[in-house]
Amino acid sequence: MPDRAASASAPVEPGLSGPAGADVNSPPGRFDRFPLNLLPFVGRQRWHLLTRRDKMILAVMVGIPLVFDLALIWGSLVVDFLWSFTDWQGTGDMTGGGMGHRIVGLLNYQQLLDGTYPFFWTAVVHNLFWLAFLMFVATPIGIFLAVILDGQIKGMAFYRTVFYLPVVLSLALIGIIWQLQYAPDWNRGFIDGTLHAFGYNVPVIKDLPLIGQWFRDVSKTDWVGGPLAIVPTVVAASWRHVGYICILYLAGLKSFDPVLREAAAIDGANARQTFFRVVFPVMRPINIIIVVITTIEALRAFDLVYIINYGRSPMELLSTLITNLSISESTRIGFGSAVAVILTVVSLVPIIGFLIVTLRGEEQQ
Amino acid sequence: MDDQDKRAGLLSGGQVTRREVLKKGLIGAAGLTVLPAVMSACSSSSATPSAGSGGLSGKLTVGSNLSDAIPKTALAGAIATFSALNPNVKVTVNTVDHTTFQNQISNYLGATPEDVITWFSGYRMRAFVDQGFFTPIDDVWAGPTGALYTAGFKTACTGNDGKMYMIPWDTYAWTVYYVPSLWQSKGYTVPTTLADFKTLAAKMQTDSLVPIGLGDKDGWPAMGHFDIINLRENGYQFHVDLMGGKQKWTDPKVVDVFTVWKGLLPYYQSGAAGRLWQDAAAGLIAKTTGMMLQPQVVETATAAGAAALADLDFFPWPNHGTQWDAEAALDAPIDGWMLTAKSPNASADQAAAKALLAFFGKGSTQMLYAEGDPEGICPANDADTSLYTPLQKKQLQVIGAAKKITQFMDRDTNPGFSGPQGMQGFLLDFLSNPDQDLNALMTKIQKFWDSLGS
Repeated sequence: MPDRAASASAPVEPGLSGPAGADVNSPPGRFDRFPLNLLPFVGRQRWHLLTRRDKMILAVMVGIPLVFDLALIWGSLVVDFLWSFTDWQGTGDMTGGGMGHRIVGLLNYQQLLDGTYPFFWTAVVHNLFWLAFLMFVATPIGIFLAVILDGQIKGMAFYRTVFYLPVVLSLALIGIIWQLQYAPDWNRGFIDGTLHAFGYNVPVIKDLPLIGQWFRDVSKTDWVGGPLAIVPTVVAASWRHVGYICILYLAGLKSFDPVLREAAAIDGANARQTFFRVVFPVMRPINIIIVVITTIEALRAFDLVYIINYGRSPMELLSTLITNLSISESTRIGFGSAVAVILTVVSLVPIIGFLIVTLRGEEQQ
Repeated sequence: MDDQDKRAGLLSGGQVTRREVLKKGLIGAAGLTVLPAVMSACSSSSATPSAGSGGLSGKLTVGSNLSDAIPKTALAGAIATFSALNPNVKVTVNTVDHTTFQNQISNYLGATPEDVITWFSGYRMRAFVDQGFFTPIDDVWAGPTGALYTAGFKTACTGNDGKMYMIPWDTYAWTVYYVPSLWQSKGYTVPTTLADFKTLAAKMQTDSLVPIGLGDKDGWPAMGHFDIINLRENGYQFHVDLMGGKQKWTDPKVVDVFTVWKGLLPYYQSGAAGRLWQDAAAGLIAKTTGMMLQPQVVETATAAGAAALADLDFFPWPNHGTQWDAEAALDAPIDGWMLTAKSPNASADQAAAKALLAFFGKGSTQMLYAEGDPEGICPANDADTSLYTPLQKKQLQVIGAAKKITQFMDRDTNPGFSGPQGMQGFLLDFLSNPDQDLNALMTKIQKFWDSLGS
């Protein structure tokens, strides 16, 4: 350390510090000036390690993204927060009066929470269901597939492609694909068509005591229109989510130290024990990422529902409420902002949780 | 004719002045009573294109929501004729998907809209006029255009400030469509009362048909069903007052409407919320559905070919046995053209835009469209009705027989109230769960209306 500090503390001409003017005679010193552990931040006395040019580069590289971040994300967040206390319609004089906004205080929030705007709580329930389904059904399936695919199976590449393919498709496209699956008439929808071909249209089957009845009932099911339409929709979303989680986990498994697995095998653990007692705990960093990704996926769920029916009843989500309130025939920007603020606050919970876990992990190391 | 004349007098300011209507906060209501100009209009002045605007030059942009293939082609034909008359005006049409156009109208009008755009009359027009998005076109109406429309149409095109904002383009009636050959083979007859209607529906069910087709995925088709049942159960005035907020949704009369509707739901096509109306209409044309309340069926039939279109007929919604049957009221929305205020070329293009609007306002132009898209009929009274298809002639007759005409729920009330999270949502909720506590649903609707502060 001392010699590194010494060599670095020697004044270096700014013009020489660039790659072109690199000091060929003392390469170690040159590399030491960009230490991997961010030396400049370790101790106060090391600030002078940065030349003016470095500072400029730093300022530009940090500053520009910061400005964008502040203006586009935090700026809009603040504006959004302020709008949520108004009834601004999105047009007209923003400074108040006329067709502009009036300050309504907490009225927007009150109307959201007390059920005056009944679609809000429906949307909250739908978002929660979406989260629960992805977290407890889709994600475990993805992990399960990853574990299976991690073994030596013939045609691995094929299976991996099959499961990963949906991830490549945009959610809008997935929406269109699944609409064709769910379309409610047998000559248009795949599911109804299949049931029609094999079930309620076939005399033998349709007259069977229980199954026939079931086929006929299912044929009447309005997949993406019935009161529980959110279920088939989240199934469509899971189709993609499973592949996503599968690949993510597979990557983690590939970097898993086989020695641990061998040790477990020597200790006589079976496959299940090996996974739950050894693999799963060691994969903690990946697990955390997966939980965070799943939560974010659930909170930002939008495309699929919007492409299917613009988030109308019975498929309201917080994100579609915001969109429909902000860009629709009658814009209620103020009210929509209140929904957006609530969604932001809800989103902060998993993000803060993630940060706490990550930071604590780093401290322990 | 007495009734019509009386109404004409009423609308042209005889008994009720515009101010009084305004005071009632119900200017929309006045716009609803649209005199079917066409019915008395056999003036056969087959208006040869004398636009007299050959000297115009420049360019002109048109924003259209006529995104379905048939209306789109029909509009292209009309535009081509305008271009032939005005070779120096370069007209560009930007067609946007119908529903997307509606959903994004606010942003569109506030940003960089085209010069001339399609929109809807009534409350729905005035809500945006009030926000300063449109330029008045009184000078167009002062020209030959003014003489082509009855007071009813004029009122529907008038803003809250008394200025003219729209040129009518197309109007069509909400009636029940059916396929006559299917009905003949099954021995069905057109029902005139609700009881007959139900009996017929039940019979269709035993014949393995879907009695009443419905696709409500877009949210609005079910509104037409509410409108007509409310008009028959409670009459025009109550309906209009309800739409304008003068009557409460919690009124037992509204619950009655839903109760009557609920009685019909067993005959409705299941899965309405997930189905597009186009798919429902396809079922009607394919003879798996018995009947369907939806004017756009004609579009589907036209697409299916001449034979399908020839084998299509309709009847007005049956009588409910109430005093309101005599009104024979129905939804007959008017689509029209408007001049936007915020178009980037608004001032440069204005002369050409107004020429186009005047051109659109003529019966001969509307006929070009109505021939290409026989779903609706021409609002201008100089349209050559002899060119109409039998269905269009019948529409003319049905609209003419109606003593009261409404636009459509989403055109007769606050757009925020009728939107996806609004009446569309409430009606979908009702359709998917008709056994719920209707009074509770009405309370929810009224509470929502109140929260909009309109």
